[in-house]
Amino acid sequence: MLDKLLMYFQYPFVVNALIVGILIALCSSMLGVTLVLKRYSFIGDGLSHVAFGAMAMAAVAGFTEDMPFILLVTTAFAILLLRTGQNAKIKGDAAIAMISVGAMAIGYLLMNVFSSSANVSGDVCTTLFGSTSILTLTKMQVEMCGVLSAVVIGVFVLFYHKIFAVTFDETFARATGTPVGAYNLLLAVLIAVIIVLAMNLVGSLLISALVIFPALSAMRVFTSFKSVILCSAVFSVVCAFSGIVFSILAGTPTGATVVVADMLAFAVFYIIGIKKSDS
Amino acid sequence: MEPQIICQDLKLGFGTNILVEHLSFTIEKGNYLCIVGENGAGKSTLLRALLGLLKPLSGSILLGDGLRRKEIGYLPQQTFVQRDFPASVREVVLSGCQGRCGLRPFYNCEEKQIAENAMEQMEITGLAETCYRDLSGGQQQRVLLARALCASDKLLVLDEPVSGLDPKMAETMYQLVARINREMGITIIMISHDVREAIPYATHILHMDRDYFFGTAEAYRKSDYGRLFLA
Repeated sequence: MLDKLLMYFQYPFVVNALIVGILIALCSSMLGVTLVLKRYSFIGDGLSHVAFGAMAMAAVAGFTEDMPFILLVTTAFAILLLRTGQNAKIKGDAAIAMISVGAMAIGYLLMNVFSSSANVSGDVCTTLFGSTSILTLTKMQVEMCGVLSAVVIGVFVLFYHKIFAVTFDETFARATGTPVGAYNLLLAVLIAVIIVLAMNLVGSLLISALVIFPALSAMRVFTSFKSVILCSAVFSVVCAFSGIVFSILAGTPTGATVVVADMLAFAVFYIIGIKKSDS
Repeated sequence: MEPQIICQDLKLGFGTNILVEHLSFTIEKGNYLCIVGENGAGKSTLLRALLGLLKPLSGSILLGDGLRRKEIGYLPQQTFVQRDFPASVREVVLSGCQGRCGLRPFYNCEEKQIAENAMEQMEITGLAETCYRDLSGGQQQRVLLARALCASDKLLVLDEPVSGLDPKMAETMYQLVARINREMGITIIMISHDVREAIPYATHILHMDRDYFFGTAEAYRKSDYGRLFLA
C-alpha cells in the first residue's frame, strides 16, 4: 500500500493534483465560514453552474485558454448576486436558483448543439463532477492556481477583521463608517475566483461541499471566529488530501471521494459537538 | 452649549411612502433623548437617517461640536444572523473599533485597550472568551453596548435595547445606559416602545405620531401626549 503510494508520488501529475487540491480546499474553507454565516451557502452552487455555462460558451467560441473568460463571467454574476442580495426585487435564494438553473441549461444546450466531440454526455459529466480532470492539469493551470490561491489567502488575512465586521453586523459596520459595499464586492470576487479554481478539483456540482462542510463542522465544535476559520481550513486540507490519495489508490472519482471524506469528517465533528454541549 | 445634532424640517421615507415630515429638533452634548411613538411612526427610519444610512428626502441633519458621522455608536436590533454566530465576546466588542481602523488591516494596542475598557464598563470582562451565541439575551445586549462604546465616546444611538428582555434585565440595561450617560457624559438617543419605563432616565422626549412633540421630559409629562401615554 505504502509502496504503491510512494510510487504514485513520483509522478508529477499526482503531486500537481495534491498541490492544487490542497490550495483550493484551503481557500474555499476560509471563505466558506463567511458565506455560511451570511446565509449564502448556495452561492457556491449557483456560481459553479454559471462557470459551467461560461465554460460551454468558451468551448463553442473556440477559446484555447478558457480560464480568464470563465473567471470574468463568474465574477460578474457573483457581484450581481451578492450586491443586490438585500434589496433586489428577486430575493437572494430565488435569484441564485434562477441564475444557477438558467446557466446550467444554456451550458448544456450549447455543448449539445455545437459539440465537437462525439461523447457529449461524457463531456458534461466530466465538467459537472470533475472526475479525472485534476489528474490532467497543465503546468500553466497549476501555476495559475498557485498564484490565485496566494492572492485569495493574502487578501483574506489582510481584510480578516473587516470581513468579520461585515459578516457579523452589516448595519453596524456601515453606521460606523466601514465601506460595506466595497467589502461585499471583494467577497464576491474572491468567491468567484475560488469557484473557478475549484471546478478543476471537484467539478461544478460538488463545489458547495467544499464551501459548506468545513465551515459547518468547525462551527459545531469551536466558539470563536478565529478558531472556526483555522479549524475549517485544517479540516478542509486534511479531507482534500486524504480524499485525493484514496481516489488515486482506489481508482475512485476524485471530486466525489473528497466530498465523501468531508461528509464523514462532518459526522465526527457533529458527534463531538453534541458531546461537548452535553458536558 | 453647542448642539451636537440639529435636525431641520426633516422629511424621510422611501419613494412615495413618506414616514416623517416637518420634523425639527436639536440635541446637545450629554442629553438623553428618548424617542417614543407607535409602530410605523418612523422611529427606526429617523435613526437610520441620523446614522447616515438613509438620505433625507429633504431637510437637513447637521452635526456639530466636532462630531463626525462615524463617531456615532450604534446598538441595532439583533439580526437573525447573529443568534448562532460563532464569535467570542472579545471579537465582537473589538469589531466596534473598525471605524477607527480605516484601511489598516489589524487593530493596534490602543484599540485593544478601548475594547478592554468597554468590556469592563459593561461588566462582561469575565465573559471575554465566551461564545456570543451561548450568552443570555441580556448579556448579548451588554456585549453589543460595549461594541457601540468602542465606536464612540460621544454619542450612542440605541434601537429598542430592551426588546426581548425580561423586566429585571431590562431594568439593568436602562441603568447601564443611564450610567454611560451620566458618568461618561455620552449623549444617548434611544428608541423605546415602553414609554413608562424609559422616561425616568431621559432628559428629553421626542414623541412621534401624526404630529410631533419634542421637549424636556418635564414638559412632556405636562403635555397632552404625556398625560395620555403616561396615565
